[in-house]
Amino acid sequence: MIANIHIQIEDFDVADEIAALSEDGPETGAVASFVGMVRGGDDLTALTLEHYPGMTEREIARIAEEAGGRWALSGITIIHRIGRLEPGERIVLVAVAASHRGAAFAACEFLMDYLKTRAPFWKQEERGGAAQWVEAKASDDAAAERWRKG
Amino acid sequence: MNVLYFAWVRQKVGRSDEVIEHTPALRTIGDLAAMLVSRGGGYAEAFGDMKRLRAALNQAHAGLDAVLAPGDEVAFFPPVTGG
Repeated sequence: MIANIHIQIEDFDVADEIAALSEDGPETGAVASFVGMVRGGDDLTALTLEHYPGMTEREIARIAEEAGGRWALSGITIIHRIGRLEPGERIVLVAVAASHRGAAFAACEFLMDYLKTRAPFWKQEERGGAAQWVEAKASDDAAAERWRKG
Repeated sequence: MNVLYFAWVRQKVGRSDEVIEHTPALRTIGDLAAMLVSRGGGYAEAFGDMKRLRAALNQAHAGLDAVLAPGDEVAFFPPVTGG
């Protein structure tokens, strides 16, 4: 199973990434993807994303490896942007290729839940010139925790 | 040891990293955090309530009881908020 992991400032092309994953092998029958974007409203001007270079890549690789151990996957692409992003801009892409949709859907959700609670990124919100760090949500911890059961 | 700070921890202590010599008194990450609180000022603000903080040892998540060694990379940061 191939995992492509990129931490970058630049935007990404979702169609290109999905097309590349679809070519991972003749056994690929499904690609599921998730795109996270900066949610506008509430006077939000922008988000700035900071991360821990080195640990981020290692932690995401660990999460991808765990997904590969749980489901039969042919490929994973994870792209996470950093820096200043405005409402409507893409932040993250998780795309998973598998033989069947069940594994692709489940692994995609698992990867997102773990990314949100394990990968060392921090968001700062800008509103009218004032900056504030985003607080972690208990609901994100609960979403990741449910994968431990059963 | 190389000690790194991220997000509001970095802002409160006023630096992104520093070298702190490993000593027998700094056996665990918790010991290191207690030493940093004792510096007062922004350090006391950042490390006063360890329940608000997370730590990593050599680029992997670690608890306060994780044992330190010379040359380790230790990081302190708030709970993560990516994705």
